[in-house]
Amino acid sequence: MTVRKKSKGNPCDISRASNLTLSIIVAIIAIICIYPIVLMFMISLSSEKSILLYGYKFFPSHYSLEAYRYMFKVGYQLLHSYMITIFVTVVGTILSLVISTLYAYAISRDDFKYRKLFTFIALFPLMFSGGFVASYLVNSQLLGFTNSFLGLIMPLAVNGFFILILRTYFKTTIPAALIEAARIDGAGEFRIFYQIVVPLSKPVIATISLLTAVAYWNDWWDPLLYINKASMTPVQLLLQNTQTNMQFIINNSSSLSSNSVELLKHMPTQTAIFAIVVLATIPILCTYPFFQKYVVSGMTVGGVKD
Amino acid sequence: MSTTNSEFKTRLSLNKNVLYFLMLLPALIWFMLLSYLPMLGLVLAFKQFHFYRGGFFHSLYKSKWVGFENFTYLFSSNEAWIITRNTLGYNILFIIIGTALSVLLAIGFSRMLNKKLTKLLQTLIFCPYFITWVVIGYIVMSFLSYEHGTVNGILKFFNMTPVNWYSDRGIWPYVLVTVNVWQTIGYTSVIYLASILGISQQLYEAAEIEGASKWQQVKFITIPGIKPIIIVMVMISVGQIFQGNFGLFWFAPMESGALLPVTQVINTYTYRALMYTSNVGMSSAACLYQSVMGFILVLIFNRTLQKVDPENAMF
Repeated sequence: MTVRKKSKGNPCDISRASNLTLSIIVAIIAIICIYPIVLMFMISLSSEKSILLYGYKFFPSHYSLEAYRYMFKVGYQLLHSYMITIFVTVVGTILSLVISTLYAYAISRDDFKYRKLFTFIALFPLMFSGGFVASYLVNSQLLGFTNSFLGLIMPLAVNGFFILILRTYFKTTIPAALIEAARIDGAGEFRIFYQIVVPLSKPVIATISLLTAVAYWNDWWDPLLYINKASMTPVQLLLQNTQTNMQFIINNSSSLSSNSVELLKHMPTQTAIFAIVVLATIPILCTYPFFQKYVVSGMTVGGVKD
Repeated sequence: MSTTNSEFKTRLSLNKNVLYFLMLLPALIWFMLLSYLPMLGLVLAFKQFHFYRGGFFHSLYKSKWVGFENFTYLFSSNEAWIITRNTLGYNILFIIIGTALSVLLAIGFSRMLNKKLTKLLQTLIFCPYFITWVVIGYIVMSFLSYEHGTVNGILKFFNMTPVNWYSDRGIWPYVLVTVNVWQTIGYTSVIYLASILGISQQLYEAAEIEGASKWQQVKFITIPGIKPIIIVMVMISVGQIFQGNFGLFWFAPMESGALLPVTQVINTYTYRALMYTSNVGMSSAACLYQSVMGFILVLIFNRTLQKVDPENAMF
């Protein structure tokens, strides 16, 4: 019996006892990682009263959907901000993927004469930058990013680190012979790229789209710098100063503006914040399962040299 | 015949280079406008910036040169030392603790036998990566809030006096390191896991036959195998060691003034200087200081590598 089991298992596998210990340790880390996120969800489901009496609890004494109901009642601004965020995330991710993969592909080909120069151009900013003040001035004064979709999309459109990951993948997994064969068959460089390279690079493209989408969805920095108009405010900017923004949200809930004072008085202060926090987090968290199977295989970082 | 053939070949390769150039052109324009143009803007540090009509370049050109005045102003304040200490201190802790823990975790993932369980735990540990710093600020608050926080709830349960954590400086270094590791560990461990999985299985099998223990395998196969990636990751972090993680230091302490001595980093300082006092000159000086110091550290790091471990030096 034991002999059969041994012959079945890989001799390099760790023993069952160490596997159990290891699994328990990793499981504890996983619980620590997920606990605060679940806690935030549970707080948003608490009743206002149970928080005032007993504080934030993982299992509140009374559950209530009041906070969500309230947010939907006054939520015109929230809905609008959602639209902005979704638009920016979708357009930004697509734009970013197209221009980054093209760049990474070009510098990954050994037959490109200037690949070293352009690799350097992409990676140097990871180690030296002009700083945020100069960036801010160039972007707002020269490129017109203020209160524009440009300000929400362009700053995150290219990322040197992602180009490094993409380049590594193209270099190590796309056989040069395959490209050569396609070329002999008369395919143009662009056609080779999107008919051969892209389909073969699904894992890395999925991974980079996930990382880019997360960066766009979670971006609070660029809106903080460039946006000061309600009509251009994405969710993360709305969240930043919820105390004042509660007023802001209510003022912009057009249909109800006449009785905004009344509305503000009945606001579930404690739980409403957490309801927005949850609403801002859930959509992007939900994208993960779709990408998950690609993430590990797509995240190989290579050396900078060669 | 052969001359025409080689001519054809050169023309083809010329053509190819042009096409490759066209492919990278869009992102190249991005790099020029959004990365390299601001680098020229670093001269702002030596100017007293004023806005003039006629756009950014005109303003930049017309602004008066003031030499090192902005730097003198920056470093004469007591705060220059504090923000440098905080930025460097925290980043060094993040690099050491973050790298060590995520490498260990990645090794753990690669060795666990039940693949389904591994996948599940990996997903859970990756989750904090999706949480934005604004939200993390509120999560920290749900633990540390004086009135309703869970930590004070536990203290009250044991009849201890609740603590006002947002003015208790001593605890914040621990809070910030914990939060930072919590947010990044899932992501970085996946990067290391990806490269561990790239190590040839035959190496482990050979080691097993030679009678090497599991720890020896980790020490002599896994760690050396992923060393190049660890070096790339650390190098990038070193380049940014003078940049504080703005989101973490801005949102986690909820802008508590009492905590500034332990939470103010160069980035939050320059942001405050620029937005609240419009001090373009001094903030630019701080930016230049950050960029140049970070770059010098990268060069030192690389030079050290060239001596100790030339194969893995970056350039």
